Amino acid sequence: MNFKKQFKEGLLTQNPVLVQVLGMCSTMAITTSFMNGLGMGVSVLLILTASNVVISAIRKIVPDKIRIAMFIVVIAGFVTCVDLLLQAFLPSVASSLGVFIPLIVVNCIILGRAEAFSYKNGVGASLVDGICQGIGYTVVLLIMCVVRELLGAGTFGGGLLGPDGKGIQILPSQFPAGMLTLPVGGFLVLGCLIAAMQWALSRPKKNKEESK
Amino acid sequence: MDQIYQLLAITLGAILANNFIFSQFLGICPFLGVSKKVDTAVGMGIAVTFVMGLASAITWAVNTFILVKFDLMYMQTVTFILVIAALVQFIEMFLQKSMPSLYTALGVYLPLITTNCAVLGVALLNIQSNYNFISSVVYGITGGLGFLLAIVLFASIRERLVFSEYPKAFEGFPIALITAGLMALAFMGFSGLKIW
Repeated sequence: MNFKKQFKEGLLTQNPVLVQVLGMCSTMAITTSFMNGLGMGVSVLLILTASNVVISAIRKIVPDKIRIAMFIVVIAGFVTCVDLLLQAFLPSVASSLGVFIPLIVVNCIILGRAEAFSYKNGVGASLVDGICQGIGYTVVLLIMCVVRELLGAGTFGGGLLGPDGKGIQILPSQFPAGMLTLPVGGFLVLGCLIAAMQWALSRPKKNKEESK
Repeated sequence: MDQIYQLLAITLGAILANNFIFSQFLGICPFLGVSKKVDTAVGMGIAVTFVMGLASAITWAVNTFILVKFDLMYMQTVTFILVIAALVQFIEMFLQKSMPSLYTALGVYLPLITTNCAVLGVALLNIQSNYNFISSVVYGITGGLGFLLAIVLFASIRERLVFSEYPKAFEGFPIALITAGLMALAFMGFSGLKIW
């Protein structure tokens, strides 16, 4: 078990969104303000960690054939918990995330990690994996939120900071391209982020090849 | 008459103005994953339309006659995903026995539909917007048709994309996402569409 390696994988080399390209729907849909991204990221982090632990704990008593159904039930249970908690304590976040909280059930990241990692590894390693992958997801969401909010509405920290929780105005309000907070912006920003990631990951390899 | 207007509004909304892919971001995974060829895209689109229609009908019934009646609303997510998983399994078994040609055409896409967020999404949206039975089914089917339209258009663009030149870093998903973004921009033009 190597915490440092797993952390680096979750954040960079095996980043769930940018490298494995999982969980795209929520990534693009809700990253319009800082608070949305933070709420979604933390929810997924909690659910991913909890379901990873439970699935790796029960992995020896679950028959192989019905494992996917078991995974989904475990995940759906945790999603319901988080959904109810959000509705109780952070109703504004719950209403702006809307249908995407229950849709975490079918978020490929969680099912993917269950199948690829926690079904094969011990409880401790799965816990660490859940946290690292969750942090990787949250970081990407926050980057997308900051870019889209800054260029699309000219603000920073919407839903969390500033007067009325509308965020701090950084760009004067006539400059921003409102398009970026619309669906179009989600596709474009995520496309550019993945491209940047592919470029960054392919660079060191090229250097090595050249030095050889 | 009101019912007809409402159905027409739902239809136009689900196919064009509030397209599941381009404005609601539901079902992006299969949209990106299964859109390299037009043939497979058509197969996936039809399968999704079929499952979305059936799932809307069944989840509506389950919600109205079981969950609401016994005050179990908080079990919605768990129940719906199980209903959808079971439904997809049944469809798979039924097609295998009775329509083997269609079954082989749809192949691996059928089980994948379980984790398509458009299906669970449509079930949840039906409940949220308080649709009655007919509206729910229409919303499910037209939502699926919108998905079919989007994925077929996207696949035909991607087939041509192979011959074009773009920066190396954009290979694969990034260029597909940029393409989808431009299509979303085009679909935004429908958002002013009103029929009343």
